[in-house]
Parts: sequence; C-alpha cells; structure tokens
Amino acid sequence: MSADTHGHGHDSAHGHGHHDAHDHHGGAAHGSRREYWIGFLLSVLLTAPAFGLVMTGVISDPRVTAGIVMALAMVQIVVHMIYFLHMNTKSENGWTMLALIFTAIIVLIVIAGSLWVMYHMNLNMMPGMGGEMSSGGM
Amino acid sequence: MSTTTQTAPGTEAPSYYDLDEHEHPPGASTMLGFWLYLMSDCLIFAMLFAAYGVYGGSYAGGPGPKELFELPLVAVNTTALLLSSITYGFAMINADEQNKAATLRWLAITGVFGAAFLSIELYEFSNLIHEGAGPWRSAFLSSFFTLVGTHGLHVTFGIIWLVTLMVQVARRGLEPANLRRLQCLSLFWHFLDVIWIGVFTFVYLLGVLR
Repeated sequence: MSADTHGHGHDSAHGHGHHDAHDHHGGAAHGSRREYWIGFLLSVLLTAPAFGLVMTGVISDPRVTAGIVMALAMVQIVVHMIYFLHMNTKSENGWTMLALIFTAIIVLIVIAGSLWVMYHMNLNMMPGMGGEMSSGGM
Repeated sequence: MSTTTQTAPGTEAPSYYDLDEHEHPPGASTMLGFWLYLMSDCLIFAMLFAAYGVYGGSYAGGPGPKELFELPLVAVNTTALLLSSITYGFAMINADEQNKAATLRWLAITGVFGAAFLSIELYEFSNLIHEGAGPWRSAFLSSFFTLVGTHGLHVTFGIIWLVTLMVQVARRGLEPANLRRLQCLSLFWHFLDVIWIGVFTFVYLLGVLR
C-alpha cells in the first residue's frame, strides 16, 4: 500500500535491476514529507488522549483507562512502523518483515510468559516466604 | 512448434548457477543487517520490559509510581522525542534531494530535541535519587532505572552518532556512503521512538494508574 507511493523500481523483474535499486536506496523504502506529516499527526492524536485520560482521570474505572491506553499504544507502534520506519512487505524482498514478525513473536513469548509464570509463582508462595521476591533486587 | 520448447541443439547447455559474478556494491546488505541488529536490540528491551513487568509492583515498602512519576514532565519528554522523529524525517528527505545545508540544519534540530529529551530524563533521575528513590531502593526502582536508563543510553549514543554524521556530511557531502549511514541512524532513531511508546505507556501511564 505505502510502497506504491515510493516507486523506486521495486517492480523491476530482473535481479540486476533490484541490485541497482538497492545500491542507491539500500533496499529500504523511503518516506515523503506527506507520509511523515501523516505519521506525526496520527502519533499526536494517539499520544495526547492517552496522557489526557490518565492525567485527568475522566474514566473512573482505572482498568478501562488502562485498556484504552494500551490499545492506543499498540496502534501508535503500528503507525510508527509504517510511517517512520517505512515497514512494508516488499523491502529487502520481505526479509525485514519476516525478521519483525519473528521478533514480535519472541517478544510476546518473553513478556507474556514472564508475567504469567511469575504471577503464579508469587501466588503460590506462602506470605512468609514472599520476602525474597519483594525485596530482592535485579 | 514442439522442437522450440525443447533445448535446441545449437544453444548452450543449461546452467543452474550464475556464471557471471553478481555485483555486490559496498553496503548492499547494510540495511538488512542493521535491521537485524535493531530486532536483537528489541529483544533486549523485551527482557527489560518483562523484568519491569514482574518487579513493577515490588516497592519493598518504598514509594510507588504514583508518588514518584510526574506525568507533565513525561509528556514534555514524549513531545520532544516525537518532534525529533519528524525532524529526522525531514533531514532524510533533504538528504535524498541532495540538499546538504537543509540536511545539516534538520539534523541539528533533531540533535537539540534529543538533547532536550535526555536532559529532562537526567533531571528526573537526579530528582528521584535525591528523594531517596534510587535504583537501590526497591526492585521496582531497580527495574525502572534499568529499563528507562537503557533507553536513555541508546538516545545518548544516537546523539553521538548524529553529531559524528553531521561532521561527515559537512566534510564529504551527501555521498552514497553517508546517505547509507544517515539511513541506518534514521532506523535507529525511529526505533528508539517506538520503544519510548512502550516506556511511557507501560511504565509511566499504567504505573500511575496502578
């Protein structure tokens, strides 16, 4: 979708054409002024409400606020990926996207797995034995 | 008709590998390699986020996020980093257009925003330490300082890199090698902004909500 606007000869069928393109542009897609402005405005529109919600506390239930704030952050990360990091499925023949997906899976496993395991470990500890967890540093 | 589909007797034997050497211009694989580095950096931050997620509630009787974090300060910081992202974008666009003066100008502005971000963060850290809420106080603060400090360290090195590239561009112009370096720093800089989204959301905003 965004790759169409760059048009740096990614559609050239021959390998040599690709190499020329890569030589010049490093294989990564480029943004235009318009793209940067869109990305910037979207990030402002996503960041400001997150801060606003938490700082003013309009929603009485903090869990609802937390959910909205997390959702906004997820969307903003995708916006940054597309408009600032120029991620698409075409650059470097899709290898950057593959690496990104792989990393995202690992990140998900590490974070969700740690929280899950440690939460249950804390629960299963006797209150008297919990001292090590809460006072021990890194 | 049928003979044309088969190998004609006069043509050369089919080859299954490239007979002539491909050209591998210097730096052809730099962007992919740098992207892979960023992904591994992402894993470092994932570990630190996980550690913060686990220890984030262990105050050891000390102060928690609600007492410590000043959201207006974080909002200013976020703005500085966000602005530096778009100014770096303008530097890249001007670099592509071979406009050296404008590139240097936008790079300088980006550096100023980066430095502003860093000074505010250092101010926040020194405040916390003066209040007795240093990294030694609790597991929560240890993991907080490690995560946010690692991000700040990345920004510091980003600024050093930025200044180095400004000198390079000023001396040698926007030659292909310098353009490539600018592009690597572009990825690095925007990547740090993405990490910061995670930091201000999960550490500051959700911390205050906790």
